[in-house]
Formats: sequence, C-alpha cells, structure tokens
Amino acid sequence: MMRLTVNGQQHEVDAEADTPLLYVLRDDLGLNGAKFGCGLGQCGACTVIVDGQPVFSCLTPVSVLGGRQIRTIEGLGGNAVQRAFEHEQAAQCGYCIAGMVMRATALLEHNPHPHEDEIREYMSVNLCRCGTHMRILEAVRNAAGQGMKS
Amino acid sequence: MKLSRGLGASLITAVLIIGGCASVWHPSIPPVAGPAVFPPEQVARGAELAALGDCAVCHTTDGSRPYASGRGVPTPFGVVYATNITPDPKTGIGAWSEPAFRRAMREGVDREGRNLYPVLPYPHFTRATDQDIAALYAFLMTRPALHSDAPPNRLPFPLNQRFVLKGWNLLYLRPGPWQPDPAHDADWNRGAYLVEAVGHCGGCHTPRNALGAENGGQTLAGGEAESWYAPPLQAASPAPQAWTVDSLAAYLRTGFDANHGAAAGPMTAVTAELATVPAADVRAMAVYLASMMPKPAPAPVVAHGGDDPVFAGACGGCHGQDATMTRNGAPSLALSTAVNAPTPRGVIQVILRGLPWREGQAAPYMPSFATALTDAQVADLAAYLRSTYSDKPAWNDLPAEVAKVRGAS
Repeated sequence: MMRLTVNGQQHEVDAEADTPLLYVLRDDLGLNGAKFGCGLGQCGACTVIVDGQPVFSCLTPVSVLGGRQIRTIEGLGGNAVQRAFEHEQAAQCGYCIAGMVMRATALLEHNPHPHEDEIREYMSVNLCRCGTHMRILEAVRNAAGQGMKS
Repeated sequence: MKLSRGLGASLITAVLIIGGCASVWHPSIPPVAGPAVFPPEQVARGAELAALGDCAVCHTTDGSRPYASGRGVPTPFGVVYATNITPDPKTGIGAWSEPAFRRAMREGVDREGRNLYPVLPYPHFTRATDQDIAALYAFLMTRPALHSDAPPNRLPFPLNQRFVLKGWNLLYLRPGPWQPDPAHDADWNRGAYLVEAVGHCGGCHTPRNALGAENGGQTLAGGEAESWYAPPLQAASPAPQAWTVDSLAAYLRTGFDANHGAAAGPMTAVTAELATVPAADVRAMAVYLASMMPKPAPAPVVAHGGDDPVFAGACGGCHGQDATMTRNGAPSLALSTAVNAPTPRGVIQVILRGLPWREGQAAPYMPSFATALTDAQVADLAAYLRSTYSDKPAWNDLPAEVAKVRGAS
C-alpha cells in the first residue's frame, strides 16, 4: 500500500511502485481531469502540480511521491486561471486544457506578473493539437492581469 | 577547482603584481568612418567562419537582432556579457578598422586599447589566419548596424579591473597564427586549425586552471561548460563505442549518432551551427579529432539488468529495451558517454534539464525531471544508471553533485 496526498486528502492506494501517478489518479482515485496524451512527457495533457511545480504525471512513478503535495485540476475550485480560460473560450476539443490550466496555475503562483517571453517559455512544453494556443496564451495573460488567487 | 581558495587568491594577487609591473600598454586605434565594401565571396567565407566559431551562440540572444545582444556567460568568477559586434559605431564595432579587429582577435584588446575578458576565446582566435580574420571582419561589418549596449559585467574586485588581464595574458596568451604540422596531411591540418583556432573546442573541452586559463598540457582532456560535463576529445574519451571519422563528422552536423546519442546542453548550439558550414570543414575537424581518440574496437555493451521502479516508471517508456524510441534506433544507455564518464555531471544535467524542444526542428527531445524528482531521487537514479549500464566504478558524492547542478540553473 502507498500513501499519497492529493488535493489535501490522504489516500492509500494499492499500486506497483513504478505505476505512473496518472494511472493512479484516473483508475484508483477517479480523478479524470489529467489526461493520457502521449505517455512520454511530450504533450503535457497529464500535467499536475507536485509541491508547487508542474510535473508530467504520466512519467512520475507513484513511489517518488511519498510525503509530497499533489494537486490536480479537481482541487483548484474555479481559480482565476480557470475563469480566464472560460472567458477566452480557450478550449477547442478540450483534451489538453486541464494540463494547460495546471501549468499556467503553477506559473502564476510563482510569478504573478510574467513577461510574454516567460509565459511562452513556460507553457511551451504543453501542446494543443487543435491549435488554440493564441487563446490559451490570451487566457494566461488575462489571468496574470487579474492577479492570481488560489 | 582543485586549488584552495587561499592559493587562488594569492595567485590572483601575483598576477596583479606581474600585470602592474609589466604595464603592457595598448594604444587606441583611430576610428574608421562609413561602411566599407567587401567582395561577396569574402563575406560568404566570413559567414561560414562565424558559424564554425559559434559567434552567434554568445553574441545573439534575440534572433531578430543578430550579433547585437549578447548573453551573460556564467564563469566561476562571475558573469561576463558578450558585446554588440554589429557595425553600430556607438555600441558595436562600426568604428573598428580591420587592424583593430585583428588585434582584438589576436591579443584580446578592443579598439580603444582596453583588455577584453578571455570569455571571448582570443587565446584560440589568435591562431586564426590573417585571411580568416579579414573574412570574419568583412562578414560582421556587413551585418545590419543595431544599437545595443551590453549590460555591465558582474565580476568582483579585483577581477572587474581590466588591467588584471594584462598579467593574465603574459602568463597564458601565446599570440600568433597556427602553424601546420608537416607530419600530417592537408585534411588533418585543416581540421586541427578549425578545432584549435576558429572552433575553439578547447574552450569547453580542455580543463581550466584556478585562473580560468586552459591547462596547456591537457589540451581537449575534458572540461566543463556552464556546469555541463564536456568529455575528453582525445585518448581519454570515455565513449564506450570509439568514435570514427564518419561518426564524428555526422554527429557534428546533426547532433546525433546512433552509437553515442544526442548532443545536449551547450553542445546543441554548436552542432546546430556546424550543420550550416561546408561538410568538408566538419569532416576535416572529424579527421583531426578521430586521430587523437581511441581506435575503434567492438564495444562491450553492458546492461546488467536490474529493476528500479523509478527507472521503469520515469525512463523506461523511452529508454527501456522494448520502448518505441529504442526500437527506432536510439542507442542503449550503455553507449552513453555521460553514463560512462568519470563525473556524473552530464547524467544529472540531462535528468534535471532534459533535452529541450528546438522550435521548428526535428531534433531529439527529452522532458525535464527537475520537478518530478527530488535531489535524493535523482542521485539514486544516477547511481542506478551507472551500475546498470556501465562497468566503471560508482560515482562518489552524488547527492552533493545533484545539489550543485540544480543550484547552477
């Protein structure tokens, strides 16, 4: 049995040590916000926040997460980033959006007023196949302008 | 640095005294006015030499303003900013005559007579031929003139006093062009010239002493660049599969070789530049480098097997035996120079930073694990890679090394 802290709640999960966090979130804890995209850390659809930093949950084995704080999109409760994504209608198919929101949240929590270059650099590892990057960037700028409250 | 801080400080003081006594004075060279005209073939050759010398790697930070905005180069002594080398008369080299430019390349002195820091690799550029220096000058003087002042260097006293460099130059600069070695053929000599002079490979791949000078007796014996490991390019090469002229030439132009892996860290910019220069020049460099490296022999590919949940969960999807990437021709980690190196620096850097996306290019990519893994987990993973994919002895001080590399970001 392994103990994980997700969105402030303790969970005991029965999983092999090398199981990716993504599988545990989706299959064992019913938290389906984080998505399986590539399984290789190349697309960012699985992004969650661990100890305040974005990680690819598809490449993070659960055994490295003991005692660390995991946050998923289910735990954000409609924060400024989520509201900005809604306002900008940043989703096309929506598959990448939970990962985008988590990465943007991590950015603005550390750097509430990022420069354009910093936003682009930070968000560059998360991909959107539909091509709504311009709206996603606008949403991040918009959330940054409102100040980040989590 | 193996020397103690105290010894380093007294060495610096000694150099100061020597520099003061020598008081090598360089006159200002009169400014030139107006744009000069150069033959197109000279400008074209200058462009190739600029790529071979990686000028843009330090002198360009914004691709839309080439050679105008320099980056801050981190050194063990502080940060030195590359300056504007466009022909802007006020903030660039627009007022520099060709003799002034040649003096900067040969002696590390600017037009007004001030010493330049050897972060500009003039101890290498001094070996360039007059003809090549003239071609580089022609190329730079025909770039768009852009107004841009470099930020002030961040160096402690007394290193922020440029006269200190006069002493440094007396100790370590041997000015003058490179001399061919008649014992070798034209290709070898061409390659030696490009590696030692224009390409300044030793800037990273030769170890430096306490005063930041390349260690004369250990040319290309392996060094460090921006806290990345730069492997030896001679007999001490730790590559499990020996390099050949063909594999080196291909790697230098593509940043990848199926028996060694992908260029990473500061080397990616070098291979990106070499992709644009004449293949014959890169091949000559490969001829010279391969002549110093161990002779090819069948490589004992080790993989001791083992079972590590972190490797399986974080790395196995690409580096595992049955992974798609492995089936598509990516080499086993057993062939990795970094895994077989005497220092864990390269392995730690790649785990923490990955191989970032190179926008618009088909190039190797690896995600960063800096946020997913703690220092202790990175250290354990590095130890696992070493014991599984190498026959070399275990690395010491892994946790301290991880902390050092993470702190150097």
